[in-house]
Amino acid sequence: MLADYITGSLTTTAGTVPRISTSWSIQDILNTIRVRWAIGRMNYKVEPGLYAVGNPHTNSDVFVTCNFKLTFDHVRKALAGMDAWMLVLDTKGINVWCAAGKGTFGTKELISRIGKVELGKCISHRRVIVPQLGATGVSAHEVKEQTGFRVVYGPVRASDIGEFMKHGMKATQEMRTVQFPLWERLKLIPVELSYGKYYLFLIPALFILLSGMNRRGYSPDLAVTDGLRATLNLFVAYIAGLVITPMFLPWIPFRRFALKGLLVGWVAALLLSRFHLTGVNLVEIVSWFLMIGGLTSFLAMNFTGSTTFTSLSGVQKEMKTALPLQIGMAALGVVLWIVSKFFAL
Amino acid sequence: MNGFVYLSNVVTLELDSAKCKGCMMCTIVCPHEVFSIVHKKSVIVNRDLCMECGACARNCPEGAVKVKSGVGCAAGIINGLLRGTEPTCDCGEGGSCC
Ligand code: SF4
Ligand code: SF4
Repeated sequence: MLADYITGSLTTTAGTVPRISTSWSIQDILNTIRVRWAIGRMNYKVEPGLYAVGNPHTNSDVFVTCNFKLTFDHVRKALAGMDAWMLVLDTKGINVWCAAGKGTFGTKELISRIGKVELGKCISHRRVIVPQLGATGVSAHEVKEQTGFRVVYGPVRASDIGEFMKHGMKATQEMRTVQFPLWERLKLIPVELSYGKYYLFLIPALFILLSGMNRRGYSPDLAVTDGLRATLNLFVAYIAGLVITPMFLPWIPFRRFALKGLLVGWVAALLLSRFHLTGVNLVEIVSWFLMIGGLTSFLAMNFTGSTTFTSLSGVQKEMKTALPLQIGMAALGVVLWIVSKFFAL
Repeated sequence: MNGFVYLSNVVTLELDSAKCKGCMMCTIVCPHEVFSIVHKKSVIVNRDLCMECGACARNCPEGAVKVKSGVGCAAGIINGLLRGTEPTCDCGEGGSCC
């Protein structure tokens, strides 16, 4: 069965090329939501190759993109009303930015794809438009040397393609820079939340089990009350690290993500202790500050992977001191928490 | 919004202005406005905004820019540490992971 975005075909000197629609079907919209929420993120890809948008001719422009369907969808939507070609590279279903970093969206694949679809036969000019974020993997001068095609770097965001073309393929500084506004950060949160995977059940279960311990032996009642309290605290730490920190990122003091996370974690712990959720004896309270602080800090540091401004050298520098401290805090916290069990009652 | 600055003075970016011919490619590909052309030569104006993506080095036809590029991602570095390799984001066939 043909994919629903293919509406027909176009015959060119290099064979037939599928023609695609520039609007999204209900299915496309539903799938976009599904992918954002990381449900069945695997395998959301399209067949690499050449596609036709509208009624392209030999002088129409060629837009290069990856075969992650979400990106493909955004690009074809941005091309609405134009007659253009879309050259889809095989990036194994990964978006342009990640694939360029890995090298799958790169010089080699672009050169070989230009050859495979016999692009030179379909068009008379020698120019391809590559999204700017692909530049990490694509070397424009090497592509030119080996294929004769000149690489023009288009805007970072597909939605700016229309403006970019209107201004004679000139991108404004704004189109060239990567931003990371609240909305972009919010969109990442669903994926972030799935980070814990099965630990999300395993760790609370362990805490509930251990909560029953006390000086007199084992109390199932305590396991329920203290265990649920522990689960709530852990859940708050998780949200503090994966939702609150990313959301308020620019407004939280400190540049280091680990410190940002620690601060948010401790504010959360402070709030919890106001409601006596971190226990009544001092040892348990301290243990919660250590565990929540360590966990939130670690999770916040992991958000560096989703940002668009942290450098490898920076993250390495930060982690060198932060990671041992986070592990130390969490470990000491767990020990103190177990110790505190034997103080009560 | 250039409000996001990460740590200062850590990036490995280097520019050899003797080799630079002022073609502007680095200013085009850089997503963080790190370079600016002054008197037909590129200069680094926002060093601390660099995220070490490597686009400039790969696209400088004169080989004037050098940077040790890689994923600025804690999970990736941990992955690398565990496997004894370079930092790598292990997002498999997923989508918007890194
Ligand atoms: S890309 Fe290289 S040659 Fe061109 S302006 Fe930048 S540094 Fe100079
Ligand atoms: S490595 Fe990337 S962010 Fe840094 S200067 Fe080069 S292009 Fe800009």
